[in-house]
Amino acid sequence: MKKFNKLVSVVVASAMVLAMAGCGGSDAGNSVNNSTGNNSTVENSGAANNSAANNNAEGGNGAASGTFKIGGIGPTTGGAAIYGINVMNGIQLAVNEINAAGGVNGYQLEVNFQDDEHDAEKSINAYNTVKDWGAQMIIGCVTSTPCIAVSEETHKDNMMMLTPSGSAVKCTQYDNAFQVCFSDPNQGAASAQYIGENKLGEKIAVIYDSSDVYSSGIYESFVKGAANQDFEIVVAEAFTSDNKTDFSVQLQKAKDANADLVFLPIYYQESALILTQANSMGYAPKWFSCDGMDGILGVENFDVSLTEGVMLLTPFAADAKDAASQAFTASYRAAYNDTPNQFAADGYDAVYILAEAIKQSNANPSMSVSELGDALKAAMPQITVDGVTGEGMTWVETGEVNKAPRAVVIKNGEYTAM
Amino acid sequence: MKKTVRSNLITMGLVVAAYIIVQILIGTGNISSLMKGLLVPLCIYAILAVSLNLTVGILGELSLGHAGFMCIGAFSSAFFSKCMNMFVPGMPGGLRFFLAILIGAAAAGIFGILIGIPVLRLKGDYLAIVTLAFGEIIKNLINILYLGIDENGVHFSFKSSLDLHMEDSDKIIINGAMGITGTPNNSNFTIGVILLLITLFIVLNLVHSRDGRAIMAIRDNTIAAESVGIPVTKYKMMAFSISAALAGVAGVLYAHNLSTLTALPKNFGYNMSIMILVFVVLGGMGNIRGSMIAAVVLTLLPELLRGVVSDYRMLIYAIILIVMMLFNWAPACIEWRKKITATVKSKLSKNKTAKEV
Repeated sequence: MKKFNKLVSVVVASAMVLAMAGCGGSDAGNSVNNSTGNNSTVENSGAANNSAANNNAEGGNGAASGTFKIGGIGPTTGGAAIYGINVMNGIQLAVNEINAAGGVNGYQLEVNFQDDEHDAEKSINAYNTVKDWGAQMIIGCVTSTPCIAVSEETHKDNMMMLTPSGSAVKCTQYDNAFQVCFSDPNQGAASAQYIGENKLGEKIAVIYDSSDVYSSGIYESFVKGAANQDFEIVVAEAFTSDNKTDFSVQLQKAKDANADLVFLPIYYQESALILTQANSMGYAPKWFSCDGMDGILGVENFDVSLTEGVMLLTPFAADAKDAASQAFTASYRAAYNDTPNQFAADGYDAVYILAEAIKQSNANPSMSVSELGDALKAAMPQITVDGVTGEGMTWVETGEVNKAPRAVVIKNGEYTAM
Repeated sequence: MKKTVRSNLITMGLVVAAYIIVQILIGTGNISSLMKGLLVPLCIYAILAVSLNLTVGILGELSLGHAGFMCIGAFSSAFFSKCMNMFVPGMPGGLRFFLAILIGAAAAGIFGILIGIPVLRLKGDYLAIVTLAFGEIIKNLINILYLGIDENGVHFSFKSSLDLHMEDSDKIIINGAMGITGTPNNSNFTIGVILLLITLFIVLNLVHSRDGRAIMAIRDNTIAAESVGIPVTKYKMMAFSISAALAGVAGVLYAHNLSTLTALPKNFGYNMSIMILVFVVLGGMGNIRGSMIAAVVLTLLPELLRGVVSDYRMLIYAIILIVMMLFNWAPACIEWRKKITATVKSKLSKNKTAKEV
């Protein structure tokens, strides 16, 4: 037995070494490809290509070859999988559309979406995987914590990074990272401003998830923004991800304080429970929420009539009446047999934004990762994109997006613009 | 050479050999970025598996709070590094990281003793449940902890970052659910391997020392051990706190490998504790080398599957885990393996004799 144990360990160890070597081997192939794509060889061929591209542009028959490789990172397994899968589908949809329409400047797009399980450590692995694959720019991450970890790595490589839905401020701490969605402070401040200006309530209660970056980020900026408005926050109650099924204590406190509006900067799963429990205890304030509420109309075993009159700030609503949203919703339904949520829209827009930046900077796929990064981040503040998550989106150099927040109210089981 | 010494040397030699092979691969550029990024996590999980094996395999107590100790090590050291960065910017990175490792190990060790005093009175399932609860408490406390330092002194709150009443929000060090961001990235593979070797050295030496024999005597029969005058509490405490301190070291490596540190259920919750336990059980309780190898294999597996079956990799990972468990430890499998090796051996010896003839 002892001897056998030894044998097994030797076998496993050698298998490991083989696996590593195998990896190294396959990567060797990759890195050969890469080196033609990235390294010194390209210095000249890149320049040659450039002039060739210019010639082509002048000549007018731009049959350009090569593809832009886009890496995507987000959770497709685990608790946050719904967000990652939606973003992944949104990206794929946009890439298919662009490729069918002839690509960007004649170059096709190719995407490789990797799972990060909503974990900072795994997101680095996912990033390294797409890097090995030859990614030249990143759409990701979908969630904030992994996004911060990956931005550290993309900053080292000077790779362009556009997060569809990583809303924490630190996601864009480096100059190579840009956001499609609002940052948390923007959402909180915008909510406070909206409530104050439209005099929606005087006594406000807030119920938020203190163990969630998104929720506590919005809460804090909401409190700061509320200081300038003429309403009062009477109750601020927190819950954590470990006990998010019973909200009767928080609701009772809000009721006792006579709050006439409850602000819910949380995701829709908990919101559905809160609405149900408030209804059963006979508490009917106004409800106000942010983009995390998007999706509440699709919750199963939930009385949707309870959402009547709920207001939310969201960049995208699947039932919105404008042409862009309707076209996107229709093609998404056709492709995936599912109603898109805000995350799908963010992913979809992210591809179009990158395409716009590529057009603006006249980039081509033979540029190295770092050159592309420089070109694209210089182009980002110059472009304006009309997407499904907002019209006339522009970017500042620090990476934050400028777009008008849209407030919608749920009427007759549909999102209606306010 | 004594048998134990040889076995120890093989274990450490494996690590050194792996290190040399990887360095050669890096030197010749034959290693993927994915692999490079995985090197430090591999060291972290190997250290965790070896340290938990001390509690589970050698001491014979089931602990499900190992991730809690890792969490303490990670946060205390990241806090230290961040403070040093802010207030003593001139400090050399190497020295800072060295001190951070010591602080992480000490903090986790002290918590190990604090937890151990009440907890080690329990046995078996009860101990497992209490350590599980402890791990969750640590994670939740850190999730609501807000701490910042500015010229007015230390600000501290359990409510929200606004309650810190600080003028400059950049000086908040631990920011509740957002954790610590901007920890310097000091971890690298060489340091990871050195720490793993130190861990192995400590654990293997402890096991083969007089103290180690006492600890194993307690595992095998507490009453008999007590009757020959072994101070049970002392030795239990010793094994438990050393195991905790080593988990703290793994936490330090973890914290300084990523720029963002948050206490999510995924990285410091009971999922992680059970993951480490899986390494130990698969590798064999009490088998230090086995648990190290199991940690490496199980960490590599889901990442290597990325290239093959991206969509179903977590499913396949689970199936492989079940198959590996069965192959290693099901009695029928053990017998079958024995038969196979016996036939292979007899064939080999036949060949040998045939050649000699």
